[in-house]
Amino acid sequence: MNETVFSAPVSPVGEPVRIDISQLEKSLRRPRSAFSFVLSVLVGLMTITALVPLFSVIFMLLVRGGKKLSMSALTELPPSAFELGGGFGNAIAGTVIMVGIAALISVPVGIIAAVFLAEVAPESRLAKVVRMCAKLMTDFPSILAGVFAYGAVVLITGGFSAAAGGIALSILMLPTVMLTAEEAIRMVPSKIREAALGMGATQVQTVWMVLLPTAFPGILTGIMLAVARAAGETAPLLFTALFSNYWLASDGKIDLMQPTASLAVLIYNFSAMPFENQVELAWAAALVLVLMVLTVNLTGQALSRNRTE
Amino acid sequence: MSLAPQCSLNSVSNGDKDGVVIDCDVRELYYGKFKAVRDTRIAIERGKITAFIGPSGCGKSTVLRCLNRMNDLVRGFRFEGQVCFQGTDIYHNSIDPVAVRRYIGMVFQQPNPFAMSIFRNVAFGLKLNGYKGDKAERVENALRRAALWDEVKDKLHDSGLSLSGGQQQRLCIARAIATQPQVLLMDEPCSALDPIATRRIEDLMLELKQNFTIVIVTHNLQQAQRVADKTGFLYVDTTQGGRTGYLVEYGETRQIFEDPVEKYTQDYISGRFS
Ligand SMILES: Nc1ncnc2c1ncn2[C@@H]1O[C@H](COP(=O)(O)OP(=O)(O)OP(=O)(O)O)[C@@H](O)[C@H]1O
Ligand SMILES: [Mg+2]
Repeated sequence: MNETVFSAPVSPVGEPVRIDISQLEKSLRRPRSAFSFVLSVLVGLMTITALVPLFSVIFMLLVRGGKKLSMSALTELPPSAFELGGGFGNAIAGTVIMVGIAALISVPVGIIAAVFLAEVAPESRLAKVVRMCAKLMTDFPSILAGVFAYGAVVLITGGFSAAAGGIALSILMLPTVMLTAEEAIRMVPSKIREAALGMGATQVQTVWMVLLPTAFPGILTGIMLAVARAAGETAPLLFTALFSNYWLASDGKIDLMQPTASLAVLIYNFSAMPFENQVELAWAAALVLVLMVLTVNLTGQALSRNRTE
Repeated sequence: MSLAPQCSLNSVSNGDKDGVVIDCDVRELYYGKFKAVRDTRIAIERGKITAFIGPSGCGKSTVLRCLNRMNDLVRGFRFEGQVCFQGTDIYHNSIDPVAVRRYIGMVFQQPNPFAMSIFRNVAFGLKLNGYKGDKAERVENALRRAALWDEVKDKLHDSGLSLSGGQQQRLCIARAIATQPQVLLMDEPCSALDPIATRRIEDLMLELKQNFTIVIVTHNLQQAQRVADKTGFLYVDTTQGGRTGYLVEYGETRQIFEDPVEKYTQDYISGRFS
């Protein structure tokens, strides 16, 4: 009998089938089981290999960044060349503000565009063009977003500013938000859509009361991805928000038209400096950036879980 | 209603004098190039249950979905004929299909509750219509009439999806009747249910008949006999090429089942068709 084929033995008519118990047992001697075992081991090894760089980065961040992490690092202004101490409070604020501006622009616009693409006119020529452009833009080198915002905002308003930085980041976030939201809205089963329309809901009511709430977890995932990416971008900010050693304020009020520090640019600047204090601060800032993205993600997950229960 | 297009169908030119709520005349109905239904004239009477029976693919669902313009959502759908709802042609250009669907509710074959709480499912239609009164009272009332109240009264804020299939279907019925539509269209509402749940829904239909007019599509001939006052038999015509459905016979349920006029009807109800 061929060992690799697991078919029940056929007994002659009238005789009871005799089952060979050993055939049912797991055995590495059988080529099929052995092959399966080797593959499982291989998959396990490959998973570990893929995780090694990830965990070593996190480990390094925790060890080197954790050392310098303190209340003063989180709240003070960056030190000058030979100064000791200092922190990156203004960079945290700058990142939060710019990512906030970017989200305020890209989330509503992206979701409205997604509703158009998924519900209003999915087959229209406009939708096809927009979809293609968005797909292209997700692979956009991020520095181009900076160059664009430099031309469109910085040159026109006459200076580097947090607003320009936020706009540059929103250009990077928009396609991700839009395409994932479109996908999430499309995934809502058509029977749900019919239920709403059958109740006499208008298209606007259907989208607002049924489709968006149902698609909410998917949309949120897209937003989280986009926020995470935007928070870590350096290149577009070099052309737009630049950097600043001071708080983003004039006359005690937040002033979005001033240049601002950001965690990403601070890390970029400080990690290349020949001063140990600055390098250590860069590590701590990197750790803070990772923790911030993580917090945003966890909050998002909790939100979407509450919503679907 | 003064601007509304008057129906030209002779039997109901003055509204629903003879108790006809919907007078439906499908002359030709196309999905793209495919002619799905022809020559189907059915008058739905107030306070009665009307059943559509017939073999699969003969256009029962299609005709039913015509009655509240759900077919408008299908690409390539084209309709020639009239559907007169209380004397108004709902396919006239000046009619808003959304408004039509608020008067003519629908329950689908597969239960389709929204991914929200039981309460919010039932209150959905009230919210659509901007209902200002006591929502809780209306929701309870609808759930009671749908014979679901006792099973869900302690978990109104659980997800509608957490219910069993039969409960979900009753939830969908409660959702549909909460806004008090005139007519309830039901497309094989029991096909996903076991015999006990089916019987409950049938009892429910007989109960709801007091307040609503019901049109139901069913594959179950016994069910049609048990609940329907009037029955229409649709069949597929393959003689002119294509598969076009049409109404063979329409009348009192007793007459259709015991004394059908047409030979096709006779063959179908005695099970002589495959
Ligand atoms: N959305 C659609 N697009 C194209 N053709 C359709 C569509 N819906 C139905 N049809 C066609 O119209 C004809 C009638 O379909 P319908 O769904 O009304 O049949 P039915 O009598 O309800 O059948 P069943 O008892 O199986 O539900 C069928 O030939 C079907 O293929
Ligand atoms: Mg059908």
